[in-house]
Amino acid sequence: MTLPTTSPVARSVVPRVASLSCPSCGAGIEMRAQGWAESVVCAACGAQLDAANDTLRVLQRGEAVRLKPRIPLGTRGVLRRVTWEVIGCQVVTITVEGTDYSWTEYVCFNPYRGFLYLSEYDGHWNVIEKLKWRPRGGVSDGLLTLTHDGRRYKHFQTALARTTAALGEFPWELRVGDSVVSRDFVAPPFILSAEESAGEVTFSRGTYTPPEEIARAFGVPSLLTPIGVFANQPNPYGDLPKRMGERFLIGLLVLFAMLFANIIFSSKRTAFSQAYTFDRSTSANAAFVTAPFTLDGRPSGVAIDVVAALDNDWVFFTLSLINEQTGETREVTRQLEYYSGQDSDGSWSEGDRSETVRLSAVPAGRYFLRVEPEGGEVGRQRVAYTIEVRRDVPHYGFYALAFLAVLTPMIFALFPSAAFENRRWAESDHPIGGTSASED
Amino acid sequence: MTAPQAHSATCPNCGAPVRFLWAQAVQTTCAYCRSLLVRRDLALERVGLQADFPVTGSPIQIGTTGRWRGQSFVVVGRLTYGWERGRWNEWHCLRDDGSSAWLSDAQLEYAMTVQVYPDGRLPELRTVLVGDAFAWGDGRYEVANILEAHYLGTEGELPFTTFAKGTSTFVDLVSDDGRFATVDGTEAPPLLYLGEYVSFDDLAMTQLRDFEGW
Repeated sequence: MTLPTTSPVARSVVPRVASLSCPSCGAGIEMRAQGWAESVVCAACGAQLDAANDTLRVLQRGEAVRLKPRIPLGTRGVLRRVTWEVIGCQVVTITVEGTDYSWTEYVCFNPYRGFLYLSEYDGHWNVIEKLKWRPRGGVSDGLLTLTHDGRRYKHFQTALARTTAALGEFPWELRVGDSVVSRDFVAPPFILSAEESAGEVTFSRGTYTPPEEIARAFGVPSLLTPIGVFANQPNPYGDLPKRMGERFLIGLLVLFAMLFANIIFSSKRTAFSQAYTFDRSTSANAAFVTAPFTLDGRPSGVAIDVVAALDNDWVFFTLSLINEQTGETREVTRQLEYYSGQDSDGSWSEGDRSETVRLSAVPAGRYFLRVEPEGGEVGRQRVAYTIEVRRDVPHYGFYALAFLAVLTPMIFALFPSAAFENRRWAESDHPIGGTSASED
Repeated sequence: MTAPQAHSATCPNCGAPVRFLWAQAVQTTCAYCRSLLVRRDLALERVGLQADFPVTGSPIQIGTTGRWRGQSFVVVGRLTYGWERGRWNEWHCLRDDGSSAWLSDAQLEYAMTVQVYPDGRLPELRTVLVGDAFAWGDGRYEVANILEAHYLGTEGELPFTTFAKGTSTFVDLVSDDGRFATVDGTEAPPLLYLGEYVSFDDLAMTQLRDFEGW
């Protein structure tokens, strides 16, 4: 297919800048937005002019412009592999509880891709694009939300934002003093803004951008170091709980594997087992020692099971595991009791007829037990019981301690992240767990 | 790309050859004397002179090519509209399958649409309000913008005639999934165009205008 002859209206190369003069003061005005701007502010007299046609009708007379943008108008920079030229700059101010907060917005232009915006507040920069899709509204945890591109944004602040100074070209009819209702929603590193004026809502999305990136892109020497925490600043500790959580899970898995292996591979050999009868009538002191037995292998756990045939009765045991050679003694006490009966609710029972005593890291050697049963209900004379000593049992207490050791850093990891979020939301209409700085 | 037969005729004003790239075109402009020509049967009638175009720096021009929805297109015509706060172009695109599509470039926010016959009700142009909801096909749209616009000029081949038309109402609608619709009140009943917002890079356009220093 042959292409048509060159259009008579389109010159082959479009000139870079159109030069006009300000109808208010006569100063020259450079137009960089190829006719797409709706208004332009004269750099000499501050008059706001209608850029829709070449006569540049005065929209509003201005005052001498004192605004000195950190990125001068006409500066070009490369953001996301596209070249943009700064063509306009405005200062926007909100008033919260009698205090003014101002930020600077830059209008950037590319003759193929249109407009892109930058904003700067206390050294925090955002790269902002107008949204083509309309986000969906909702409510979550009592907060208004917007959903866009699969991401949910939480309401941050609603304020009346008014233009307090301006310079250059704008793709809307800008008048200094005009205001819009601005609603900000955050999902760091993004911020969605809904700006409403005269019933029309425009949505835009900002991406938090480090100042070094802006300085590098536009070749400006050095920018302010950001002060405080900004609404959509990414939480530098944000992934700490996640990272620690992963480690916690790994730790937990390792512990489970160890416990499992321990249970499987523990021999649980019975080293000693004997049945006795505690006769309260024979003597006041029923203490005795058992025959010696051998605990072998590496130093490991020992479990002593005591099972007594109790019936509405109790016995207090003092058990000492004594090394025959060294005399090293480990003494433990246990009370066993068991009661049962019938009442209006049916049969009941309480207590336990058996107890297990666990000792850890018992070295190999010849041992014996000293057993001293005491006490009991009046009128009950004899109690039959058995004592069994098992070698190499899993030591469950170790796992409880190890679990705490793994859990603790996880808990501490939550603090810096939460503190950062507190500082973020302190500036919003919804401070975390506290009084609002600016109730909507 | 299967090109429609180029139809030749001569300009009744200056005698220059006028080539139609698109068989269905009913209006074109003479590239030499800028006469606005309307096709009546086989003859061309001069109905006016193309107005001076206001300076808009659209990167698109007649002859620009691109891709959309899996088909190539070439820009063959243009309508420029003016409204109280500026102007925009509707570029008439001829697609591979011979159908038309429209590429609008208002403030360099691009949207591509095709004319459809509505399967649901259309907005009543005199009473429609921003926020009113409409459904066509499987899309749900909300009125985002209502504006009064008039032709500032035309260029190239168009599927309808634009001569002697005044100010009309245009209603722009958007969805929450990137779809875009325009109700064009230049005719009665109004015309419905459905499509979507597209980014400059999505369209992979070539034969664009050059901008000094860019």
